[in-house]
Amino acid sequence: MGDVFCIIRRDIQLALRRRADVLTVFFFFIVAASLFPLGVGPETKLLRAMGPGVIWVSALLAALLSLSRMFAADYADGTLEQMVLSPRPLALLTLGKALAHWIVTGLPLTLIAPVIGVQYGLSGESLTVLVIALLLGTPVLSLIGGIGAALTLGLRGGGALLALLVLPLYIPVLVFGAGAVEAVSGGLSAEAHFSILGALLLLSLLLAPLATAAALRIALE
Amino acid sequence: MKEFSLFRFAAPKVFYGLAGKMIPWFSLLAVGFAIAGLYVGFFVAPTDAQQGEAYRIIFIHVPAAWMSMFIYLLMAAYAGFGLVLNTRLSDMMARALAPTGALFTFIALWTGALWGKPMWGAYWVWDARLTSELILLFLYLGFMALQAAIDDTRRADKAGAVLALVGAVNVPIIYFSVKWWNTLHQGASVSMTKSPSMAATMLTGMLLMALACWMYSIAVSLARVRCEILERERKTTWVAELIEGMKK
Repeated sequence: MGDVFCIIRRDIQLALRRRADVLTVFFFFIVAASLFPLGVGPETKLLRAMGPGVIWVSALLAALLSLSRMFAADYADGTLEQMVLSPRPLALLTLGKALAHWIVTGLPLTLIAPVIGVQYGLSGESLTVLVIALLLGTPVLSLIGGIGAALTLGLRGGGALLALLVLPLYIPVLVFGAGAVEAVSGGLSAEAHFSILGALLLLSLLLAPLATAAALRIALE
Repeated sequence: MKEFSLFRFAAPKVFYGLAGKMIPWFSLLAVGFAIAGLYVGFFVAPTDAQQGEAYRIIFIHVPAAWMSMFIYLLMAAYAGFGLVLNTRLSDMMARALAPTGALFTFIALWTGALWGKPMWGAYWVWDARLTSELILLFLYLGFMALQAAIDDTRRADKAGAVLALVGAVNVPIIYFSVKWWNTLHQGASVSMTKSPSMAATMLTGMLLMALACWMYSIAVSLARVRCEILERERKTTWVAELIEGMKK
């Protein structure tokens, strides 16, 4: 586990030294979520219904935007090769990379989401559910995204290809994440949605690092 | 006499010849089953009591939907074998299957939309099964796009294999979507455990069409894998001799 923490600390440190990269993703999320009321009109009822979905889709796109950077710098300067060659299990290292990606993008998005939720007129209870759903769901985005980032490493047109590969796999998270908030707004319990999101998180924690490690080995062959 | 082994056909050169011999047979069977299936579907099967004539679209819709899911699993299995056992032919088969799978996914979605208009009053609804089938199409397209984007064949095969295996998680979700969610799409009409809920002639027509789709898929994939073999083995002597033989 020490390896994981080491990678996380290193990646966060690197991200903090280049704050602009992190902040761009953060502001992209806010701007994207703010565009929808301008596009569909400021009707309160409509916005309240759209809110959870809009926040989730914006979070998905923001996470996608930063994915290609997950391995790119390490690939360019040869660090990634050293990681692959090191005796530590590569899957653990990729787990660290994905968690660091989540701390740098997913976590800030989750923390700012209530503010956007208020703009969309969501109730206090809905906001709580939204935050819990994002806390459970955004790590899955980073974990699955890692597979896509590793598969498209160093390819031309990698960005658009990454979206095509990763977005279909994000759909379950989107459906159940936004569904949790809708369930609460409709007077139902969000528990079932949380269970499924939790299951998705456990499944991706277990399998995504292995797939990412395999993809990295292929990319560096 | 040399001992007969099925693994002999894992060599691309041997398989090239075998595939060439099999393609006409599977093509013939595909045409035969399609004629029989269409005849039963259009002339023998009765008009449905609830859905009128429009139900006849199931004769292509259901087989196409079956094939779309089955081919994905088959492709993922071939890709997995290629990844683990490093067998060249399985990677080529995975690549050869993808366009056919994508085609059937598209047909299933398209015919579903045409059927949905008279039945549900809308070409498209965001129902769990429709949406997951659409995701399946995106998975096929992603698989093909990834392989097209990587110039090195070895890396393309392996990267595609990882993606195919990850995406295979989606197939059970599609298959069980009508059970798990209470959706507009009707439940399965055919089941292994229960007696069929539709008229025997309708079932016969559908199964004949399913067989036709099977034979078509096999014939087309074999034809495509032959092209793939030629392209990858273009520097070998046997391909050079083959081309010399054709020129004469």
